[in-house]
Amino acid sequence: MIQSASNHEPLIRLVDVHKRFGPMVVLDGIDLELKTGETTVVIGESGAGKSVILKHIVRLLKPDRGEVYYRSKRIDNLPERALVSIRYRFGFLFQLSALFDSMTVADNIAFPIVEHSKKGKSEIDVIVAEKLAMVGMDGFQDRWPADLSGGQKKRVALARAIAVDPELILYDEPTTGLDPPRSDEINELILKLKRELGVTSVVVTHDMASARKVADRIVMIYQGKFIFDGTPEAVMKTDDVRVRCFVEGRCSDEVLKTLQGKSEA
Amino acid sequence: MLNVFSAIGVRTTTTIGAFGQSAIFCWQMFRWLIPGLVQRSTWSRTMPLFFEIGNRTLPVILVTGTFVGLVLAIQSYDQLSAAGFENHMGILVTVSLVQELGPVLAGVMLAGRVGGALTAELGTMRVTEQISALSVMGTDPIRQLVVPRFLACLLFAPLLTFFCDVAGSLAGWFVAVMMKGIPSGPYWYHIKDAIEGWDVMVGFTKSLVFGGAIALIACYKGFHCRTGAEGVGKACTESFVISFIVILITDFFIGTFLSGLYRGLYGFKSLI
Repeated sequence: MIQSASNHEPLIRLVDVHKRFGPMVVLDGIDLELKTGETTVVIGESGAGKSVILKHIVRLLKPDRGEVYYRSKRIDNLPERALVSIRYRFGFLFQLSALFDSMTVADNIAFPIVEHSKKGKSEIDVIVAEKLAMVGMDGFQDRWPADLSGGQKKRVALARAIAVDPELILYDEPTTGLDPPRSDEINELILKLKRELGVTSVVVTHDMASARKVADRIVMIYQGKFIFDGTPEAVMKTDDVRVRCFVEGRCSDEVLKTLQGKSEA
Repeated sequence: MLNVFSAIGVRTTTTIGAFGQSAIFCWQMFRWLIPGLVQRSTWSRTMPLFFEIGNRTLPVILVTGTFVGLVLAIQSYDQLSAAGFENHMGILVTVSLVQELGPVLAGVMLAGRVGGALTAELGTMRVTEQISALSVMGTDPIRQLVVPRFLACLLFAPLLTFFCDVAGSLAGWFVAVMMKGIPSGPYWYHIKDAIEGWDVMVGFTKSLVFGGAIALIACYKGFHCRTGAEGVGKACTESFVISFIVILITDFFIGTFLSGLYRGLYGFKSLI
């Protein structure tokens, strides 16, 4: 099992997780421990299974084989109703933001609070304003998701993810589709939330600038297995060609030869 | 040859899997529906849908009912008149509408105007991960999205059927009285004499079943559509086609069962 350098108790533990979709093996015996307060960045090529890992953590997907634990409680075999109290502790920032089109910004953020607490409207309004202020979007309460830019949607989605003060925030490609300054805004927000709320985070990305900036630890998935686990500094010095190619943003020699062969032909 | 067997095998397992998946979907919906009936939140999510469904379907159902009533009256007048039964024209028009055409046409309009829109809405929500977001926030998407839509279609279908029946009967009256010169009194008198509570119950039962089936098919297709615009479009088409076929098949079975039951309970009823 790949072990993190931190000595904290694991908040989430994936043990020998296997997952396949039809004939395609996506996770081939993944082991991962997430320590409290740590930001773990999962990198890997598109379609490598990064988002699938996140979906196993929140049990949107069940492993074909293997186990998923929240603290010491096994969650991969729990019925949906028993998962409610656990999912309540997680915040999830979706790749496409996943804001509810039929609700205003304020209603989107209030949604998880209304669903899981008996707080009054005025109290909820205060929380919504506070969360929006935290992501720099206060004053946007009455706007509709369709009226927001990509970056604004991500920030509102982030405010919704932290609405119920989660212990763990999962970020699925948080900077995808954003220009570099907007991407950096999201990176700064991730760091700010860690600093101010002390949350544990998992960030799935193939944006190396983002990964280096927010990560305490980077793991790389390749062909269903983790092939690297270390610090952002270590990932820049690794000898593993597969990791180096990814980090440096260049294709492998075999791919290069194939392409050159085709152009010569 | 092996490929043919392999394809048949894949097709069979996929079909059985889809049946199982849809059965689980229906079971989950009914499990949330029963406790949801006494929860205010369920009704607060359902009420806006009533307006939406009414707004979408009422005008088109009135037009459909009216023209079907007009055509039925025009087509039947010559035959009835030749036999000297032209005063009974209202019975033919109204019984056809109340028992058969009203529920079926309302069902088809509901499937086309509302079912397709529900599939597109839920399909888009699935593609943009909004349904996953509900699950992650500890809310069951079936309770949140399917139960209100099921209730809205279930309760609105009989109302639409009623409007279709009324529009068709009035259209029949227009042809009979205003165009063919049949006295208005006998037109309505014969209808009142022939239409029983049983006929209304048959139409009501059918419309309830159609409404519920359309909602379940539309929501299931939306929840399980493939990603991309093509996936959503395909799901909408499938939703309408399946709903249409289910309406016709269930109409036959409910009609056969209830007419058999009527004969068993009350014997043969002559309308003339």
